[in-house]
Amino acid sequence: MFGKSWRRLAPLAVLPALLLAACGGSGDSSSDGGSSSDTIKVGLLHSLSGTMAISEVTVRDSELLAIEQINAKGGVLGKKLVPVVEDGASDWPTFAEKAQKLISQDKVATVFGGWTSASRKAMLPVFERNKSLLWYPVQYEGLEQSPYIFYTGATTNQQIVPALDYLKEQGKKKIFLVGSDYVFPRTANKIIKAYAGANGMDVLGEEYLPLGSTEVSTIVNKIQQAKPDFVFNTLNGDSNVAFFKQLKSAGIGPDQIPTMSVSIAEEEVKAIGAEYLSGQYVAWNYYQTTDTPANTEFVKAFKAKYGSDKVTSDPMEAGYNAVNLWAAAVAKAGTTEVEAVKKAAGGISLDLPEGKVTIDGPTQHVYKTARIGLIGADGQIKSIWDSGSPIKPDPYLKGAEYPWAKGLSS
Amino acid sequence: MNGFLNQLPIGLSIGAVLLLAALGLTFTFGQMGVINMAHGEFIMVGAYTTYMLQSWAGHNAVIAALPVAFVVAGLFGVILERTLIRRFYGRPLDTLLLTWGVSLILQQLVRDLIDNRGVQVVAPDWLIGGADLGGIRIPYNRVYIFCLAAVCLVGIWFYMSRTPAGRRMRAVMQNRELAACSAVRTDRVDQITFFIGSGLAGVAGVALTLVGTVSPTLGTKYIVDAFLVVVVGGLGQLRGALIAAFALGLLNSYVEFWSNASLAKVIVFVAIVAFLQARPQGMFVLRSRALT
Repeated sequence: MFGKSWRRLAPLAVLPALLLAACGGSGDSSSDGGSSSDTIKVGLLHSLSGTMAISEVTVRDSELLAIEQINAKGGVLGKKLVPVVEDGASDWPTFAEKAQKLISQDKVATVFGGWTSASRKAMLPVFERNKSLLWYPVQYEGLEQSPYIFYTGATTNQQIVPALDYLKEQGKKKIFLVGSDYVFPRTANKIIKAYAGANGMDVLGEEYLPLGSTEVSTIVNKIQQAKPDFVFNTLNGDSNVAFFKQLKSAGIGPDQIPTMSVSIAEEEVKAIGAEYLSGQYVAWNYYQTTDTPANTEFVKAFKAKYGSDKVTSDPMEAGYNAVNLWAAAVAKAGTTEVEAVKKAAGGISLDLPEGKVTIDGPTQHVYKTARIGLIGADGQIKSIWDSGSPIKPDPYLKGAEYPWAKGLSS
Repeated sequence: MNGFLNQLPIGLSIGAVLLLAALGLTFTFGQMGVINMAHGEFIMVGAYTTYMLQSWAGHNAVIAALPVAFVVAGLFGVILERTLIRRFYGRPLDTLLLTWGVSLILQQLVRDLIDNRGVQVVAPDWLIGGADLGGIRIPYNRVYIFCLAAVCLVGIWFYMSRTPAGRRMRAVMQNRELAACSAVRTDRVDQITFFIGSGLAGVAGVALTLVGTVSPTLGTKYIVDAFLVVVVGGLGQLRGALIAAFALGLLNSYVEFWSNASLAKVIVFVAIVAFLQARPQGMFVLRSRALT
C-alpha cells in the first residue's frame, strides 16, 4: 500500500528541485552574458535531424567555420568563442525549448539559429521574454521586426520584389503562383498579388500543395492550361523534386514557361539534379559564383574544412555573416551585454562574401544586394541581373517606392 | 476542355499508384486481418533498393530493381511475420502499435545507415518526357507505372484463381479453421501471403521513385491512402481494390482540378466517410460460410 502511493508521489518530489534549478537559471543569466574569464559561449540552434536537416546542417557548418576563423584571429575581446550546438529536430516547440535551455542553462551570449518561419515564430517569444539575442540567417516573408532578433537573410523587398521587378522588365505579364501550404508562401503570394495588381500583371492562378506532397500533376496541368509567362515558385522541400520532374515530363521547359524560385539554392539544385533545373531562374542575394574577394576566400575555406564536393549557398552565407556581424558589434561595444551589443550593431559594415553588408539599426535587418540567378547545367548558379547596390531593408514595405503594399502589414 | 481531358490520365495514374501501394495490403490486411503499419516502410525498402541498384544498373535501375525489390521487401515482410506478428494474431490493436513501432525503427535505420535526407533515382531517358495524343499529354513515367500496376494485378489474379497455392490462400482467407481441417498448413500459407503482400509493396516503391524523392518518410505518405483503398474496396477483394483505387484517383484528380490540392484531400475523405456510413463493409464482401 505504502509502496504504491509512494510511486505515485515520487515525480512530485522532483518538483522543488526543478523549481530551484529554474529560478537559479534565470537569476544568473543577466550577470555575465555568456562570457567568463577567457571564453564566450554562443549557441547554434538548427535542425540536425528531421525533414529540415538537409538545409539547416549546412548553415550550422558555415557558422562553425566563422567561429573557427574568428578564434584563429584571437577571438572577440581577447576571448575565444565556444559554440554550444543544439538540435531543433525540425519541430517548432523543440526550438523554443532548446532556445530557453541555451539562454538559462548554458548562458550563451547570443544564439544563431532557425530556418523555417515557423521555428522563428516559436523562438521569438523566448528571446523577447529573456531579453536575449537571436540571429536568424534565412530569407523570409517580412512583416516582422522583433527587438531581440537580427535578420541577416533577405526580407521581401530584397528578394521577392526585385525578382518581380526583373520579370516586369523582361515584359512578363501573366504569372502563375505555386507554393507549399504554410505561412511563408501564403504571405509571399499576398505581396506578389498586391504588386501584380499595381503593375498591370495578371495572376492566372494560385495553387498550394500540402508540405511534403509529391502529387503535382494536376497543378502542372493547370499551369499548362493557363499558359502563363512564368511561374513564381515558393514550394519548399521534397515537393520541388516532384514538381520539376513533372514539368519535364509534361514537356514544359524553361523555354516555354520559365519558373522563378525563391527556396532553391545550390544545395537544393544538387539534391534535385541539375538536369531538371538548368535554365530555370532563382532569386537570392548570394551565389557560390558571386565574384568578391571575400567569397573566394569563404568558398576555399569551406571546401577545405568540409570537403571539395561541398557547395555554398545563400542561407549558409547569411549564417556566416551573422557570426561575423555579431563579433564586430561585440568588439565595438566592448562587452557581450545584449543592450550594448544591440546599440553598437547599427551601422556596422563589413566586406562579406556577398559584398558590403551593413546593419540597419532601426529594423535590425541588413542591407543586401538582390541577385537574379540562372541555374546552369553544372548545378552552379550565375547571376544575370543584380540591383547594383545593397537595398535598404524594409520589412513592412512602408517605403515610398512600394505604394502598392499599403494595407499588407495590418 | 483539354484541361478536363488531361485530368483523365492524371487520375488514372494516381489510381495506379494507389493500387500498387494497396495490392499488398489487400492480402495481409484482407486475409490475415493484420493492421500492418510497417507496410509503408516496405514500399520505402523497395524504393531504396532501386536507389542502391543504381550504382550497378545505372539508369535502368527502375527495371532491374523490380524482381530484387520484390524479393527484398518480401523477405522483410516474412522476417517481420515470423519474429513478431505471428505472436500477435487475434490482437489487432497490439499489432497496430507493434508494427507502427517497427515502421519508426525502419525509418530511423535508413536515416542512420543511408542518408537522413532524400536521395534521387535517375530515370532512364526513355521514361523522361511524354507523348501528345490529340492534345492530351501522356507522360511516359505514368504509362510505366500504369503498366506495372496492370501486370501486378493480372499476376495476382492468375496466382489466386489458377494455381493450387493461390487456392489454398483463398481457402484460408474464407475460412481458416476449415482450411486447417482440410490439411492446409495455414501458417505456411500465412508466410507466403506475407511474402507476396510485402513484395508487392516493394514493387510499388520502385514505381514511386519515378514520381518524387526517395526519403525515409516515403512510405508514411502512402500508408493511409492504401488502407483507404482496401477498406473502401472490401477486405481481401482484388476487384474491390481495383475499382476503389481508380475511383479515388479519378475523384481526387477532378476535385483538385476544380478546387485545390488541400481541399481535394478533404472532399475525398468526406466522400469516403459518407460511403462507409452507407456501406461499412466496402464495395464487395467476401462471401463465406464462416460463423463469425
